[in-house]
Amino acid sequence: MSVNKRVYRPYAGRYTSEKTRFLILPRYAYSSLFDSRFLLAFFVACNIPTLLFLAAIYFSHNPLAQAMLQMKGTEVFLKIDNGFFEKFLRFQGLLCFILAAWVGPGLISADLSNDALPLYLARPFSRTEYVLGKFTVLGALLSLVTWIPGLLLFAVQADLADWTWFSKSYWIAGSLILGSFIWIALLSLMALAFSAWIKWKLSATALMLGVFFALAGFGEAVNEILRTKWGKIFNLPAAIQLVWLDLFQVPMNSRFRGGAGDLPSWAAWAILLSFTSFCLLMLNRKLKAREVVR
Amino acid sequence: MIELEDLSVQLGKRLILSNLKASLKGRAIGLLGPNGSGKSTLINTLLGFHPPLSGTARIFGKDIRTHAKELRRVIGYMPESDSFISDMTGVGFVRYMAEISGLPANEAMERTHEAFFYVGLGEARYRKLGTYSLGMKQMAKLAQAIVHGPQLLFLDEPTNGLDPPARQRMINLIREIRDTPGMYLILSSHLLRDVEECCEEALILRDGKIAAYCNLDEERRSNRKFIEMETVGAKEEFSSAIEQLGCECAWFSNGRAKLVLPPSVEMRQLYNTAAQFSVQIRKINYRKDSLEDIFLRAMDGKFQPEKMKAQSNVS
Repeated sequence: MSVNKRVYRPYAGRYTSEKTRFLILPRYAYSSLFDSRFLLAFFVACNIPTLLFLAAIYFSHNPLAQAMLQMKGTEVFLKIDNGFFEKFLRFQGLLCFILAAWVGPGLISADLSNDALPLYLARPFSRTEYVLGKFTVLGALLSLVTWIPGLLLFAVQADLADWTWFSKSYWIAGSLILGSFIWIALLSLMALAFSAWIKWKLSATALMLGVFFALAGFGEAVNEILRTKWGKIFNLPAAIQLVWLDLFQVPMNSRFRGGAGDLPSWAAWAILLSFTSFCLLMLNRKLKAREVVR
Repeated sequence: MIELEDLSVQLGKRLILSNLKASLKGRAIGLLGPNGSGKSTLINTLLGFHPPLSGTARIFGKDIRTHAKELRRVIGYMPESDSFISDMTGVGFVRYMAEISGLPANEAMERTHEAFFYVGLGEARYRKLGTYSLGMKQMAKLAQAIVHGPQLLFLDEPTNGLDPPARQRMINLIREIRDTPGMYLILSSHLLRDVEECCEEALILRDGKIAAYCNLDEERRSNRKFIEMETVGAKEEFSSAIEQLGCECAWFSNGRAKLVLPPSVEMRQLYNTAAQFSVQIRKINYRKDSLEDIFLRAMDGKFQPEKMKAQSNVS
């Protein structure tokens, strides 16, 4: 083929590596996602809390600045420990959820509603690579508001604090990464699974909100009616909170009594694992080049 | 090119393809059959979308079960249904598909432009696919199927919904691609004319089984033996000479004759004989076996390929 000659010619050039080919999907997805100024503005706004936490670290190491600003009674907030980073992750986790609910439901539904999946899978591109590519869209985006800024905060704190703090608290970095990964995996897989099952983006978003909030309400109703605590297994936000508390070794306080704290931490882990597996199963069932009517 | 080795495919609880066995050697093969005969399932299975229940198929000697990814690199697929991402521009979509096929970004862009000009959508390539007409969408589908320069092209109902000029353009493009050295294509269509115009061979499916597999040219040639001709200056000697060739001959008024040529006699010999006796052959008609005849015979279960006919005659 040639624009001028207009004849068909087979391709004889080189090919890109198959191992990194799934990264084409996020590249195209971002170019279309960030056409939306609202999303861009929100994404930038997601990093404002990081700046506030950064400021907290700065002030905690600068008594002069504290004195100049007459900061009294802020010792609890300025105490940089595992609880500080757990708070950071909890806050960013909420923003993550909003981002995932915004971006995720449109990722696969657009391909399915346009019947474009056979075009991907008729090429040297597998279903796994397709899911991995779509997962990377959300994974990279959510990483930029969770563990990446979290590690930045940790690095700044480690730099400003003495060696003793680092030697006692280095595990916080691992908790930060693991806690973020679990949340990102859960949100991304859920958004992709709903996107695959419900071809209409708005419905998929509504379902995602429903699973987080309506299901939690349902769990509470079960608790009330059956006078049990196991209704909490439907409460995903509570389960992730419990897992984070476990990871950051933050002791339970009254805030959690009657909440997620009612459940043992293994149950929280099991809930998240089950839900993630269920999402993978949904994706496996739905992502087929040709749907077979049985 | 494609070897079907007892290929059976089951979807749900239904057996869609049953023990298909054939060696498809032509460069352009038409896939024919009534609705539900398994044409699309066969294409989907060859693409690796459906796993075989038993048996297998080989494309260019490679097993579709074990070399699916490798094979898909050299395969282009134009599906029957509208398969697009409608909010992408034509050029963006085809480039995306080219990159997923493994072309580096620059080459993908270059070939996308070429493909769009090749299918005649050069001026519309920056428009969103959702705004394309049906004919343009078909051409864009062809562009995405050829952008990575495949060796084997699967075309599923490529002329669906096209008006006559657009259909002719599509047919011309398919023939041009078919005539490229080293290029093979499988065309599935319910329009016999499309297959007749583009393909050398036809594989006819019925109820998931092969009802006929034939070389269209051979089938057509086989029916040249029934000839009607109008001559000027034909005399007894000419008639005798033709009979000596082995033809059965019946003469009518005004130099009209009906002939049955044995398989060994070529048309050239008839012309040579006419020239020898200074006879002018003004008009000659031989009834061609159309693809429709072949198709209908296959549907009745009466089809016997020309090669097999010859073998049975010999025996």
